[in-house]
Amino acid sequence: MRDVWRRLGQHRGALFGLGVVVVVVTLAVAADVLFPGDPFRMAGEPLSRPLDRFLLGTDMLGRDVAAGIAHGARTSLLIGVVATLVAVTLGMVIGGLAGYYGGLVDDVLMRVTEFFQTIPTFLFAIVLVAILSPSTRTTVVAIAVVTWPPVARLVRGEFMTMRSREFVQACVALGMSDRRVIVRQILPNCLSPVVVTGSLMVANAILVESALAFLGLGDPNVMSWGFMIGSGRTFLRTAWWLCAIPGAAILLTVLAINLLGEGLNDALNPRLRPR
Amino acid sequence: MPVILGIAVLNFILVHLAPGDAVDVLAGEAGSATPDYMRMLREKFGLDRPLPVQLVLYVKNLLLLDLGFSFRHNMPVLALILERLGPTLLLMGTVLVVSVGAGIVLGVLAAARPRSWRDTVISSLAVIFYATPLFWLGLMFIVAFSLKLNWFPATGMEDVAMLHTGVRRALDIAHHLVLPATTLALFYLALYTRLMRAAMLEQAGMDYVTAARAKGLPEGRITLHVVRNAVLPVVTMAGLQTGSLLGGSVVVESVFGWPGLGLLAFQSLFARDFNLLLGIFFLSACLVVIVNLLVDVAYTFLDPRIEVR
Repeated sequence: MRDVWRRLGQHRGALFGLGVVVVVVTLAVAADVLFPGDPFRMAGEPLSRPLDRFLLGTDMLGRDVAAGIAHGARTSLLIGVVATLVAVTLGMVIGGLAGYYGGLVDDVLMRVTEFFQTIPTFLFAIVLVAILSPSTRTTVVAIAVVTWPPVARLVRGEFMTMRSREFVQACVALGMSDRRVIVRQILPNCLSPVVVTGSLMVANAILVESALAFLGLGDPNVMSWGFMIGSGRTFLRTAWWLCAIPGAAILLTVLAINLLGEGLNDALNPRLRPR
Repeated sequence: MPVILGIAVLNFILVHLAPGDAVDVLAGEAGSATPDYMRMLREKFGLDRPLPVQLVLYVKNLLLLDLGFSFRHNMPVLALILERLGPTLLLMGTVLVVSVGAGIVLGVLAAARPRSWRDTVISSLAVIFYATPLFWLGLMFIVAFSLKLNWFPATGMEDVAMLHTGVRRALDIAHHLVLPATTLALFYLALYTRLMRAAMLEQAGMDYVTAARAKGLPEGRITLHVVRNAVLPVVTMAGLQTGSLLGGSVVVESVFGWPGLGLLAFQSLFARDFNLLLGIFFLSACLVVIVNLLVDVAYTFLDPRIEVR
């Protein structure tokens, strides 16, 4: 574990990513302290420029943009992390079963996985959210439903190689139950690639969430970066920063998580490093 | 084919997941359908009969491409979608060619001298564009290139008022295509560049490269051999990304008002015309299946060792 931290520390991109992620998480946690009250509330005169009276200005309804960014950080991170956790769990269960049992179970589950990989995922997410009516919960469900297949494939591969390893064979020979072998023996051994994939999936989930909110499919009662860009869009000519600021926040957060994920990959799997 | 059947079943489930009566969804939930049409729908989909019967009827209708009627647009859904398919295919085709082509070139350039400044610049840009939300990039392009510099039009596919024909019209459409295609292409360009760079580096260590070098083949010829092998994962990825490309075009088309399937999907969201939305989803999935078949064929050209089953 010490090694992992050391290798992560040598990775400049990962350090930058970690720094930005810490800032965004702090912003999200402290949103209620820094900007108390409803971020949808009118704070001042509409369309004031950044650095004028408010740090990042106000939008067309006089809402404080900085407050929106802070509260939006909470939405993005929450949805990104929860959707990824759901997707990873789903992917691990399906991939694990397919890889461990093989045969017919594997065939059926992999067909299902392939099916979910072929269909246009973002369109599927749109259809799901639109039909189930937009809310934080449906957004999480939609993102999880469209992002689990890669995890299932990854875990299946790991399980298939582990299945024939001697320590697993020994456990089976000792009469250990399937459940115990899967949960106590194999799962801990394939966790590091799952952690890496999961961290990159959080970034992707944040992108999908912001795109859904931009299209007007976000939870109408929750402030989010995508919503801010969507509503600022009509004022592009007069107040382009209304779109630019939340977009920069998305870009920076997603970039940071990607860099951190890559750093984790190099740190956790040093042998796989091709360069 | 099983995929298309699967989508049809999925659509059926979605119709029934929606709050309210299935007939409201099928009629477009716009409240604008006539009672006669609603009664006709109930009969056609057997909505008073058991669920398995409904499923069979629904899937049969979908597979016969009977997608219903959109009261918002006053047109059959199928005709509406086919009308909007052209612009989307134009956008997607342009993006595919540009992103795969430029991605291969940039990947080769970056891998030629790993860790040089050229590699650093290309790789960093690829990482940044890989993290950029498409809709935001599009809006920023509009601010910079349409509103401030006035180089490219911000919305639409052509100047209808100019009544261009022939070559003039094609040029006008190309002019409108620049910003939406660039926006959508940059993300995929980043993806393919990273993939191509990794594949080139992986191939560079192979035995056949050493053999070629040992027999004194010039470096340029060796690179050509390596490129041909390194291109395979990029083509695979390009095929897998068709579905995601369609999703990206929803966002980009609604930013730039490009009159394709994506914009239609965006409009159907606002009109709560779910039947239209489901129709777009169904046909998009069919499109993805077709593209995947084409990719399989392209594969046999690139690597003759692979045979079409």
